[in-house]
Amino acid sequence: MATQSTLKNMLLCLTLVCLVCAAILGGAYAMTYKPIQQANDNILKASIGAVLPEGGTISDQKTASFGGRNYTYYEQLSGDAVKAYAVKSSTTGFGGTLELMVGVLPDGTVNSTRVLSHSETPGLGAKCQTDAKFIDQFKGLGPDKLVKLRADGGDVDAITASTITSRAYTLAVSNAVEVVKSLKKEN
Amino acid sequence: MSKWSLVTKGFVKDNPTFVLVLGMCPTLATTTSAINGLEMGLATLFVLVLSNMAISALAPLVPDKVHIPVYIVVIATFVTVLQLLMQAYMPAAYATLGLFIPLIVVNCIVLGRAEAFANKNTVIDSALDGLGVGLGFTLSLTVIGLVREILGSGSAFGFKFIPGDGILAFVMAPGAFLVLGYLMVLFNKYLKK
Repeated sequence: MATQSTLKNMLLCLTLVCLVCAAILGGAYAMTYKPIQQANDNILKASIGAVLPEGGTISDQKTASFGGRNYTYYEQLSGDAVKAYAVKSSTTGFGGTLELMVGVLPDGTVNSTRVLSHSETPGLGAKCQTDAKFIDQFKGLGPDKLVKLRADGGDVDAITASTITSRAYTLAVSNAVEVVKSLKKEN
Repeated sequence: MSKWSLVTKGFVKDNPTFVLVLGMCPTLATTTSAINGLEMGLATLFVLVLSNMAISALAPLVPDKVHIPVYIVVIATFVTVLQLLMQAYMPAAYATLGLFIPLIVVNCIVLGRAEAFANKNTVIDSALDGLGVGLGFTLSLTVIGLVREILGSGSAFGFKFIPGDGILAFVMAPGAFLVLGYLMVLFNKYLKK
């Protein structure tokens, strides 16, 4: 039979249950803290590696501010010279924040891009992650060719029926290019 | 009731999705592909078995007036542990299901089994009950996900066998309702006599 619902019993029971649960959570957190860091690190490293040319070593995370916002970026060094930059760039897409990792060469040429996180419509905007035809056309843009949709006077063909996503993606790439150009000016 | 039927009743007779119609939020939201449905089902199964066991062990000690808060705290604890484990060891699954994992706390199936079964049965029976209902849920979600994936993306378990884009609506919310509705009809007509 269940314990009687007196104030003392209820307080005691809830307190004990919460204490035990808090202890379990604390333990689980401590146990998974390192593996989670490791897993996040791996994801980040994989995305940086995917957008940069091969070789060289990756620097620690650095921050640059451009257009009133802070951008996180990583330098790919070969000896003392910077071979390329990987810039984390986010814009607002159709469903929410669209976050990209953009690999940019020092002269402002786009090397490659990769989606880190998005909330675009499955089957439409979400294709920006997988549509090779869309993704590949960014390679080589930057110094003389504009990183803009064709509809906006540039050279990028939008994904069919996903203009807003395509525009957000293009803007994120374009911002990353500008960040790298502004870095070069500072040096 | 035999131990075996405790497990199997979750498949057809008390199928959480098609018969009890519980836990509709994850059912509709995460079944965009068979793999997603399967993973969501297994995540719920994990919480269901552990929370059923813990609650059936605790039930005699818990005063009646605070039993819901106690159950929710227990369930939330297991869900958070699951979330941490997934983040650490299954980052890919966590990336697709992340948002829906915390929502398992308020999944009616979990609290429903606690209220309807675990608090008046033994720990072992409750574990079997959780296992059965969890497997039934996993099975239903995988089937819905599979149908939506075949129609919507032309693939099954990520393996593409129909070229082209498929019928987009099935990957989006309207397709979830449609497939769920039709499967529910078929299920009740042919399986649940």
